[in-house]
Amino acid sequence: MKLTGAEIVVRTLIEQGVTDVFGYPGGQILNVYDALYKYRGEINHVLTAHEQGAAHAADGYSRATGKVGVCIATSGPGATNLVTGIATAMLDSVPMVAITGNVPCSLIGKDSFQEVDITGITLHITKHNYFVNRIEDLADTIREAFSIARSGRPGPVLIDVPKDVQIAEYDYEPKQPLPDIPLPISKESDIEEAIRLINEAKRPYIYIGGGAAGLGLGEKIVEFADKIDAVIGCTLMGISAVSDDCERFLGMQGMHGRYSSSMAQNEADLIIGIGVRFSDRATGNVAKFARHSRIIQLDTDFAEINKNVRVDVGIVGDITHALDIIAAGCKGGKNPEWIETVNSFRKEEKRILCEIESNTTAQLPPSRVFESINKRKPKGTVIVTDVGQHQMWTAQSVRFDTPRRFISSGGLGTMGFGLGAAIGARVATGDTTILVTGDGSFGMNLNELVTATTHGIPVIIVIMNNGVLGMVRQWQTLFFGKRYSNTVLTDRKTDFVKLAEAFGAVGIRATNAEEFDNALAKALELNTTVVIDALIDKDEFVLPMLPPGGSVDEIITRVEKDDNE
Amino acid sequence: MEKINQFVIAVYVENKFGVLTRVTSMFTRRGFNIDALTVGETESPEYSRITISISGDGYAREQLINQLRKLINVKKVEVLDSDCIKRELMLIKVKNDRDLRADISFACDAYRAKVVDYTAEGMCIEVTGDPSKIDAFIQIMKPYGIIEMCRTGIVALERGASTLLEKNTK
Repeated sequence: MKLTGAEIVVRTLIEQGVTDVFGYPGGQILNVYDALYKYRGEINHVLTAHEQGAAHAADGYSRATGKVGVCIATSGPGATNLVTGIATAMLDSVPMVAITGNVPCSLIGKDSFQEVDITGITLHITKHNYFVNRIEDLADTIREAFSIARSGRPGPVLIDVPKDVQIAEYDYEPKQPLPDIPLPISKESDIEEAIRLINEAKRPYIYIGGGAAGLGLGEKIVEFADKIDAVIGCTLMGISAVSDDCERFLGMQGMHGRYSSSMAQNEADLIIGIGVRFSDRATGNVAKFARHSRIIQLDTDFAEINKNVRVDVGIVGDITHALDIIAAGCKGGKNPEWIETVNSFRKEEKRILCEIESNTTAQLPPSRVFESINKRKPKGTVIVTDVGQHQMWTAQSVRFDTPRRFISSGGLGTMGFGLGAAIGARVATGDTTILVTGDGSFGMNLNELVTATTHGIPVIIVIMNNGVLGMVRQWQTLFFGKRYSNTVLTDRKTDFVKLAEAFGAVGIRATNAEEFDNALAKALELNTTVVIDALIDKDEFVLPMLPPGGSVDEIITRVEKDDNE
Repeated sequence: MEKINQFVIAVYVENKFGVLTRVTSMFTRRGFNIDALTVGETESPEYSRITISISGDGYAREQLINQLRKLINVKKVEVLDSDCIKRELMLIKVKNDRDLRADISFACDAYRAKVVDYTAEGMCIEVTGDPSKIDAFIQIMKPYGIIEMCRTGIVALERGASTLLEKNTK
């Protein structure tokens, strides 16, 4: 059957199982939009306010489900607006396919209107990308893009389709999606060595990241931990992979990790990293990281082994399979002393948290925001964050019961990620979705409120509004002599309640803990887009904190508040 | 110039639009500096072979190989044995001086170099060989006055009858 290139694009998406796409039309992608109109019964297009929102929405859609997220944009500025969203997906290994239009082949390279070299621009922020200049290659390129995006270590793939290829006609036959590119089977000798180290370990710490979360290894990991009597910690990207109800689970470690998790990692004699890349935010000073510990690293990406931290054993390939063999092969046992040590860290963590709480005189301390969220959120609620203090508080405080329910920009740390991602996650899951954001991050892409209200996507937005860029301010307080250069936002006259109403959402202001709890209860009842403007103090700190490039020896657990500023 | 810690990587890549950029820009992206690079056809029409000379420690070597292997259009990456056959071609233009002409000619004979252009003011010499031989020839030409020179960068093959494409790793 002969179809136009534009129709081939849409038909191939449908064939790959795509049901929702996010995007924004424009001159050089118009033909694809015409095809989307034709197939609107089979594929749902969500029009965003800005292409960046579309990219984050496709990303959030993917993170919440594991399916490949799809975003579409026109050439030139449409394509460049996707860039931050694509880089965000790349740094967190999120499978995504971005489709851009471009000027016809005859105008390529001539600085034509709205022409940019988007494959060149995205070379390092995609897993792979394509410029399709032959209609013959179009369908198979899209098929291959999906396979590459989700296989092995997932990532974003961009396909740039010039206008003349969208117009041209070619034979199209639907095909089954390509199978995933097979992963190499891990080396037996590595697995044996890993088992030997595990059998020798007295203080094992299983350390899980986005790789483990993406593969849904949570339950396997808990069983494995039970067998070898290990505790479990995670990176930011590993949150929600293991249920917070699990007694062995200590939560996030690292720069703003929980005290018990960071301390346990430091005291462990064996760290078993699963799908982690030992990022600088997680390790601090590499020379001082895990000094007492041997390290086993399991990863689908061979380039991650020994990249940031030298490991004793690196296991590459199909880590689900490798984990099964390791779990079955190790002898298991009890480590009562280790569990006791970890329990002492937990006690100290509780004491620190109590101290932080007793030090505050604020009407709405951050801890009370999360107390309400934990109390009220239905099972399976998706929690999305932006980037900053609110993100770290969420990572430390919110308790998760379902995998893929914590969605946050980890590697790139993209402020403005949250609203688009929350929209994508809600579209994908239909589950209650709460975005926890800050007034700084929300200000970056709040235009996407229009997407939520227009499409009836009921996202609950909690703005932890402190009138400052809180995380940067925290660094300025601690490391820059309280010189608050360009981090005070109180001169802004934004009224977030009125703003919500202007966009057709419901706005509620909360100035104390009780008001917040009521506002959240109401928002959960309403089933519409709700903005809660939660006014918090400007000098709340995210604690504990390991100074950048520091180690657990330098952990900061309290900051004296100075009221004379 | 040959450097300490220098090694040679051979990369088979698909003969496709933009692949050379993908390979070379990976080095920039990861903060590694290429000493020399050559690219050309191979025994197999669907692949080009890129030969890269680069200096670095064991960490750099491991990372480079791993990152290259991750590129979709890269078929095969190998660090070549240190005793592999390396060849480089240089064109070098030196001043033509009546009193020194005979010395230059002797040097050319010793290095099996050829004079490929000759004018009253200058001569152009073509020399081929191991990079260290080229380095030595440059040193010899220096006193005569080098006007201009260019080196191709090395091409290299391992000894014996096997091919890189046959090797079992990507």
